Amino acid sequence: MSDTPKPRSSSRRTFLRGAAVAGGAAAFGGAARAGPDPAITELQPWMQTLGDGVDARPYGLPSRYEADVVRKDVPWLTADPVSSVNFTPLHELDGIITPNGLCFERHHSGVAEIDPAQHRLMINGLVDTPLVFTMDDILRFPRENRVYFLECAANTGMEWRGSQLNGCQFTHGMIHNLQYTGVPLRLLLEEAGVKTNGTWILPEGADAAAMTRSVPMEKALDDCLVAFKMNGEALRPEQGYPLRLVVPGWEGNMWVKWLRRIEVGDKPWQHREETSKYTDLLPDGEARRFTWAMDAKSVITNPSPQAPLTHGPGRTVLTGIAWSGRGTIPRVDVTLDGGMNWQQARMSGPSFDKSMHRFYFDFDWDGRPLLLQSRAHDSTGYVQPTKDALRAIRGEKSIYHNNGIQTWAVNEKGVAENVEIS
Amino acid sequence: APDAGFGLGRPATPEEIAAWDIDIRPDGQGLPVGSGDVATGEEIYSQQCSACHGTFGEGVGRWPVLAGGEGSLGSRDPVKTVGSYWPFLSTVFDYVHRAMPFGNAQSLTDDEVYAVTAYILNLNFLVEDDFVLSNETFAEVEMPNAGGFFMDDRPEAELPQFSGDACMTDCKASVEITMRAAVLDVTPDEGSADDEEL
Repeated sequence: MSDTPKPRSSSRRTFLRGAAVAGGAAAFGGAARAGPDPAITELQPWMQTLGDGVDARPYGLPSRYEADVVRKDVPWLTADPVSSVNFTPLHELDGIITPNGLCFERHHSGVAEIDPAQHRLMINGLVDTPLVFTMDDILRFPRENRVYFLECAANTGMEWRGSQLNGCQFTHGMIHNLQYTGVPLRLLLEEAGVKTNGTWILPEGADAAAMTRSVPMEKALDDCLVAFKMNGEALRPEQGYPLRLVVPGWEGNMWVKWLRRIEVGDKPWQHREETSKYTDLLPDGEARRFTWAMDAKSVITNPSPQAPLTHGPGRTVLTGIAWSGRGTIPRVDVTLDGGMNWQQARMSGPSFDKSMHRFYFDFDWDGRPLLLQSRAHDSTGYVQPTKDALRAIRGEKSIYHNNGIQTWAVNEKGVAENVEIS
Repeated sequence: APDAGFGLGRPATPEEIAAWDIDIRPDGQGLPVGSGDVATGEEIYSQQCSACHGTFGEGVGRWPVLAGGEGSLGSRDPVKTVGSYWPFLSTVFDYVHRAMPFGNAQSLTDDEVYAVTAYILNLNFLVEDDFVLSNETFAEVEMPNAGGFFMDDRPEAELPQFSGDACMTDCKASVEITMRAAVLDVTPDEGSADDEEL
């Protein structure tokens, strides 16, 4: 295609050029331009010719000018792309809902492509009657709609030893936030009848990794869902079509995709993903296990290394996201000077339990370098710690659960960089 | 069907449960009757595992290391393997059986899984060359790092410390940049000209 648009922002070099040009133009900010604007005085093709009909796009995709708003991966992170991860383009998004096609993916044996007519959910173990459900059966249970974030336990894990990846997509993009439609897990378990000694469940996936995690019964009966819709439509294959477990506030690994079986037992199973993986090594060589909850965290998505300030000094919109696995986010603080002084950001949009929250800080940028940070407060009173405060307890090799405060250094040209500060 | 509930679903048959319920627990629950020795395991391993995991479990490229790393957990660069890190033998059997070889999962028979598990233990110097692993001898194997894990203690160790008032003004006298991601320059699509386009 000859008219394939060039991605708007595909390299740092493009950023630098764009920022330099914008910096020069900024001197004229708000002033009258030299001549009339051809975008107004010249007839553009879309003003004259006919566009596509309603039959052209049965399932629509974003504008071609948004071609760079895509998931990206980091090839050196994993041995191969099948048991690997990619990243949500947080710097290009706003609000709190992640578009289905941009939700980061984490697979252990690739994307299972499941025929829903052949999909079964079994409940067995310490139950009165082990049961098998078809998808038609699942769709006959009472449903609920809930908005939750799913954050990979390893999100920001590459940053434990310092600044490594340059962009919030890469440092914080193992997260998405969706409205799920599903059946409370409690109803399915009650249908089978959990025996009194049934204190744990083992959800299992239908893919070749046959992912398993042990989940305490208290959580299973509290707020877990067996979901079949995301943002109103069927789950995407890469998100577990036709059925996945939703474990609000807890590390993404437990949200078993392609859910085919739930066993009830009286002890945890201690499987690979809760012993070898998803255990957090501390400095003395001992490791935490069952670190389920994702603690309060935030990140400024704009400006950020992939989203520099290109408009020069003056009115500036700073925005970002915050979330907590232990509740809501009533407040986020923002600093422009590396934490010497803080101001409260403005929260905007719905505030749901264990969901992503959107904050804004509107300010006049004086053109001087900035050291930007955000600090989330959750509804339990917990305040997002610095990375150094976390390292003082956990060291640098725990891989998972890095919710430390992120710093972006913005220079006088508006270019942002991932840094650590004193 | 149970008395309570919506009357949805139907009872699972014993054959169906047997086909899917293959999970193993540390106490041995779920272990099938069977056995395999180190030598047989070495043969299977060399054919089906070593291309990724290395001849001695050392891992090829970024594929997982299965052996070695003893005593490294407290160091700056821990090597977490079956021998150095995994707390339970049951996890090895369960995981190899359910998910390995990568790309050909659940292709090994119960006896083959016992044999490969025995060989991985042998690679970690946890059993002798003539060891035979079976549902009977399973409990004899001691995993060195069995005591190396403790329950999430963030509620006591972190939450109180990280809760409460936050400083808002004059929180520190000065700020210095101590580390920059651009120096490392490993971000795809943002780095040097010879980076592959994603």
